[in-house]
Amino acid sequence: MDALIEYSPSLLAGAWVTLQVALLSVALAVVTGLLGAACKLSPFPPLRWWTMLYTTVMRGVPDLVMMLLVFYGGQLLVNAVIDRFEWDFVEIDPFVAGVLTIGLIFGAYFTETFRGAFLAVATGQLEAGRAYGMTGWQVFRRILFPQMLRFALPGIGNNWLVLLKSTAIVSMIGLSDMTRVADQAGRSTHQPFTFYLAVCVLYLVMTALSGYVLGWLTRRYNVGVREAQI
Amino acid sequence: MELFDIQVITGNLPEFWRGLWVTLELTGLALLFGFVVAIPLAVMRLSKNPLVSMPVAAYTYFFRGTPMLVQLLLVYYGASQWQWMRDAWEAQHPLWSWFREPFFCALLTFGLNTCAYTVEILAGSMRNTPHGELEAAKAMGMSRLQSLRRIVIPAALRRMIPAYSNEVILMLQGSAIASAVTLVDLTGAARNVYSRHFAPFEAFAFAGLIYLVLTFVLVGLFKLAEHRWLAHLAPRKAQKAKEAQ
Repeated sequence: MDALIEYSPSLLAGAWVTLQVALLSVALAVVTGLLGAACKLSPFPPLRWWTMLYTTVMRGVPDLVMMLLVFYGGQLLVNAVIDRFEWDFVEIDPFVAGVLTIGLIFGAYFTETFRGAFLAVATGQLEAGRAYGMTGWQVFRRILFPQMLRFALPGIGNNWLVLLKSTAIVSMIGLSDMTRVADQAGRSTHQPFTFYLAVCVLYLVMTALSGYVLGWLTRRYNVGVREAQI
Repeated sequence: MELFDIQVITGNLPEFWRGLWVTLELTGLALLFGFVVAIPLAVMRLSKNPLVSMPVAAYTYFFRGTPMLVQLLLVYYGASQWQWMRDAWEAQHPLWSWFREPFFCALLTFGLNTCAYTVEILAGSMRNTPHGELEAAKAMGMSRLQSLRRIVIPAALRRMIPAYSNEVILMLQGSAIASAVTLVDLTGAARNVYSRHFAPFEAFAFAGLIYLVLTFVLVGLFKLAEHRWLAHLAPRKAQKAKEAQ
């Protein structure tokens, strides 16, 4: 217990890194997901095929393998470019590699979530918007997007919880997230069990807090919808 | 330097092959364990007695709310923290000594993890049992256990196939973290090949491709399973619908 108190500042610093990775990844994933959904719903077939390939590969390859590929492969590519132009050596940051990988993997999951949600908005709503003289962008911002979000929220919540947990693998490319901090603290104090359990508790706290935020968002975006009473 | 040298892959095929087997063994055995144990636990999860349902709920909450990597490290590295565990290893205790084996620790963690998800999937599916089916079972004079065994569980197992297929695929991909505890599974083999040849694209892209193929095979198998066991839920064939008109 003493060891845990002694190491709590670095453990909390690690938790902050975990949270940063998760939040930046989810932002990247949402943007990618919106773009991906737009591509999958586009009338231009090659765009749909490429997005299909993207979502299939990203969801069919383990996140760790993808992360190792981005981290080590990215370094090799950067080195090749540097050699070519005789620039100074640049090292790929595990933070950047982690956020990019997790963001792009979950972008594939968000693509599917948003695609389904866009399709769930009744077309009559969009037609009504156009009939009122709104531009395409106005219809998207005022009608399509808010209603789409209502359908997408359960999926967004699920994806976020899975994403949050998958951030633990960034410790395997050397980023000092809370799992790696616990690893080092456990080694030096010979109390690995205590520290890994502490990380588990911190993850549970984060998931519980996310539950509150998601609940609030769900209520906000479901204003005016009568839920089925069972 | 070459960015892609196919010989790195062809020269290390035996290592990839052995890694693939470790991945398949780990995933297969963990799924088998998780599935078998999940059935009684799902029944307990739905019990009206909180003393029965709460422990199961706490178990699934913990395992679904924390990363599997941390669980694995907790089991494998965490075990050595306890003096009694180290004493048991010293005395070569037949049971506790297993906690020194990375394969056993990975199997235990993966099994408990997938079991927790399967319990919730199955319990959710059992909750969706149509009321009339239970009433019919009661009217036929079945006991609670009989209606569970004959009606509720078989129907719930059918209905859970689509959700369970997701869990199986996630388990396959999740097993990639086994290399964190020195196991040479498919990802571990790729990491070895990478560090020997400094060839990340060959090593990881090839491993990724194998995972992708395995995922396709699983998706195909579950399509067949759905076709076999969920045939009654499939949309009517167009031809038949026309005849009905």
